[in-house]
Amino acid sequence: MAADRAILRDALGIAIASGAYAISFGAISTAAGLSLLQTCTLSVLMFTGASQFALVGVLGAGGSVWAGAATAALLGSRNALYGVRLSSLLKVGGRRRLAAAHFVIDETTAMAIARDDPTLSRYAFWATGLALFVLWNLGTLAGALATHAVSNPKVLGLDAAPPAAFLALLAPRLRAREPLAIAIAAAVVAIAVLPFVPAGVPLLVVALLVTLFGVFRR
Amino acid sequence: MIWAGVLVASVACYGLKLAGLSLPQRWLQDPRIQRTVPLIPIVLLASLVATQTFSTGQHLVLDVRAGALAVAVVAVVLRAPFLVVVAAAAATAALLRLL
Repeated sequence: MAADRAILRDALGIAIASGAYAISFGAISTAAGLSLLQTCTLSVLMFTGASQFALVGVLGAGGSVWAGAATAALLGSRNALYGVRLSSLLKVGGRRRLAAAHFVIDETTAMAIARDDPTLSRYAFWATGLALFVLWNLGTLAGALATHAVSNPKVLGLDAAPPAAFLALLAPRLRAREPLAIAIAAAVVAIAVLPFVPAGVPLLVVALLVTLFGVFRR
Repeated sequence: MIWAGVLVASVACYGLKLAGLSLPQRWLQDPRIQRTVPLIPIVLLASLVATQTFSTGQHLVLDVRAGALAVAVVAVVLRAPFLVVVAAAAATAALLRLL
């Protein structure tokens, strides 16, 4: 029981932090030109933060919606690997699996795999997923409504917000030397090809290069 | 068009999540997939930081967003919460424009 309560407390803490982060998503998405309904639809249906930020970031920077959608899907590929790790823990089938899949994201995976007992893993997964889903969507709505009331988001510096958001998402993944080197190389390549291809496409070039690198290196 | 992209990307992201839970484990446990997929968010996020700070459309530009990014880097190094990092960057850009 004490373990249940500790999990619930952690899940709420994560959900509240994510709700705050969703406020910035709602604001950035609205400033990028998406409607209130489009912004909220992303948080309900896509429900994976980095992909949502990428889609609206590419659109806001003048890229095509398809370059944005492709980047969002590529960023979502890591969730497939989370699903592999979670499938043996969750043991869900049928309709429950369809519901569980929606919650397969960074936070729920981290909470579930951190438990030694499978029952607690499942509890952590569902508690984190549900709490986060509710606060993520409330935060999105709040951020979108607040930004909707502002006529020129540039006055609030909201055009400088997406890079900061991406940096904050990137930082926890750079705790070793190799990822840091790869990140810097990717940034340099993206800037180098940028003048020659449509907006948003540098991201796809970089994704292709890293895939070749990952597959062919020994 | 925005709606189409929103819906297609949402379905694709859900499909990836469901595939992870549903596909035979050994398919996605291939070492090439296991070492490549974690690199994708790193390169995409790094490229997004770089391109969205230093460009407008297809043009490379250096403006107040670079100052905002510098502040965001400091906030991240200090392990500030997400919203603080974003708000600090936005506030920096807004202030620099007022100067």
